[in-house]
Amino acid sequence: MEQWVRPEAAVTASLTRRPVSKWKKRLPFFIAYGVLGITTMPIILMYIWLLLSSFAKQMKYGFIPVSFTLENWKFLWTNVEHGGTTLPSIWTATWNSFLFSITLTMLEVLIGVMAGYALSRIEFPGRQMLMKTTLILHAFPSVALLIAVYYILNFLGLFDTLFGVLLVKTALQIPMTAWIVKGFFDNVPWDVEWAGLIDGCSRLKVWLTIVLPMIKPGIAAVSIFSFLSGWSEFLLLYMFIVSDDNITLASYLQKLISDPNLVDYGLLSAVSLFYMLPVILFFIFTQKSLMEVSAGGGKGV
Amino acid sequence: MKIELKNLCKSFNKKTNAIDRMNLTVEDGEFVALLGPSGCGKSTTMLMIAGIYKPDSGEIRFDGQLVNDWEPKDRNIGMVFQSYALYPHMTVLENIAFPLKQQKVPKKERMERAKQAAEMVRLGHVLDRKPDELSGGQQQRVALARAIVKKPKVLLLDEPMSNLDARLKIEMREELSRLHKELGITTILVTHDQEEAMMLADRIAVMKDGKIIQYGTPMDLYHRPSDFFVAQFIGTPPMNVFRGKLIGNHLHFLNQSAELNNEQWNTAQGELDVYVGIRPHEVKLGKGGDIRAKGIVQMIEPVGHAQIIRVNIGDEQLRLFAEPTAAIEYESEITVSFHLSSLHLFDVRTGKSLRKEIMKESQTEEMVG
Repeated sequence: MEQWVRPEAAVTASLTRRPVSKWKKRLPFFIAYGVLGITTMPIILMYIWLLLSSFAKQMKYGFIPVSFTLENWKFLWTNVEHGGTTLPSIWTATWNSFLFSITLTMLEVLIGVMAGYALSRIEFPGRQMLMKTTLILHAFPSVALLIAVYYILNFLGLFDTLFGVLLVKTALQIPMTAWIVKGFFDNVPWDVEWAGLIDGCSRLKVWLTIVLPMIKPGIAAVSIFSFLSGWSEFLLLYMFIVSDDNITLASYLQKLISDPNLVDYGLLSAVSLFYMLPVILFFIFTQKSLMEVSAGGGKGV
Repeated sequence: MKIELKNLCKSFNKKTNAIDRMNLTVEDGEFVALLGPSGCGKSTTMLMIAGIYKPDSGEIRFDGQLVNDWEPKDRNIGMVFQSYALYPHMTVLENIAFPLKQQKVPKKERMERAKQAAEMVRLGHVLDRKPDELSGGQQQRVALARAIVKKPKVLLLDEPMSNLDARLKIEMREELSRLHKELGITTILVTHDQEEAMMLADRIAVMKDGKIIQYGTPMDLYHRPSDFFVAQFIGTPPMNVFRGKLIGNHLHFLNQSAELNNEQWNTAQGELDVYVGIRPHEVKLGKGGDIRAKGIVQMIEPVGHAQIIRVNIGDEQLRLFAEPTAAIEYESEITVSFHLSSLHLFDVRTGKSLRKEIMKESQTEEMVG
């Protein structure tokens, strides 16, 4: 009997000790989050400042808001005048940004998925070479290519068009996209493809009805990344687009800070927030797909 | 459907042939197993029959018709893969109905036939689930149902049971056997498990290094192996093997000699190194047989209906079945014996059997082929 009592005694003992051990257990987390919290504080504070200053008439000492106003947000319904010139409508810029990002996403996913499949599955001469060199293409900073790209766009008559910049951006993005997608295709076993062939599909049909659905998480991830990179693209658009009709949000923002003497910080923060909004919404809606990708690089069976 | 492979060759690296001039005939409705160790080319053979791989040379004929260049989808085959290869984004029912969808069978009929196939493998209750919500055995059944739903002319099974646990394996074997009898589809099974092949197949082709070593009924392979490789590969526990010498018609092994019957055995010109094989169940305790030997008991493994006894005779080892009631002690000396007629002799150099009737059989087969 003695032996049977003992474990119970141990349990009660551990129960009484519990509060102490709980705090001890959590201590590492407190330290970790403390350190992380302090180091990220400037960034968090900056976002808060952005929000406050967009709704304030004036900032006392630069960071204490004085009196609430919607003045800074009037760019939403009027064309704002800034530094002596009238800025184009924010909605033109927004529409252009959307157009640019969405077309970029579609082009990139379409080409990237096909290229990724070819790299993953099809044996052709120069495949290894191609795989090695595509990454180098991605490593080129856009800045290094600006002059060459300018000549090409000018020659093709695509200077100052969204479409021209779109082509350039797509070309720069494709290698990385194809690589990411290739990884997902690599995870699809040959057996499944073969099963599809035997069950009566052509190779193309197997690809469309079986393989593509299996790499859905990968396609989602690539779409999200390319949309975000299109939305935040600045350099190419700034360099190759001059007319106000084709302006995008990033360039619009740039106009506000182009002259350091005339920066309206209230307006700037309001437009910045407006620029960020779609990204935040996008993240909220696509978070699940993104998490799935980081968790396992695609769902296996 | 009758399947014929003639002088089939396939190579992946241009140096060695994965499949080397292979000949095989599978009769209509027959269940044939391709048996061999991993890497012997059995899966490659199957994928060529399926049309996934194209042979480098040789012919594949279905009912006499050359199908070398037919696409897999035109061959009317069903296949179960080792990994099951289910479509993870479809439900069980959709998976099973998929081949019918490709044949453009109307939806109502398609669903009905898919359900029928699911019933046949006892999957009626999980039709709405996704493959990753199923157990290994259930996934296997889905794969099987998908393979048979379009009533194919040929059913190919690529190691379908290697991912199942022992009990499920036995269940699935029975299931496969029953399905084959019910549907009468010509079936080819690829496996490395000789027991599975023996239990299921009408005929077994034992393969090694891209070649068929012997093709015959399970009983043939067991009782009259034509090659040392086949003898070793088939049977659990494996055949006992001793080194021996054949001088004329005198066989020397286990420190004794015996005279062989010239009518039964090919005798040697001069001296020949041989493997002497004897199945464990042919060896008996006591002095009942022609050849007797004394040995020390090394191990006793009870398997219920018998005990497997391992005996050391000099440097050689021997396994035999003993009655479960026989009182045998470790390290004790026992006498075992067996009949000369139950021996198997193989030439060490070529691996070929020295038994005469087998020589004849394989010769006639060659002439016919």
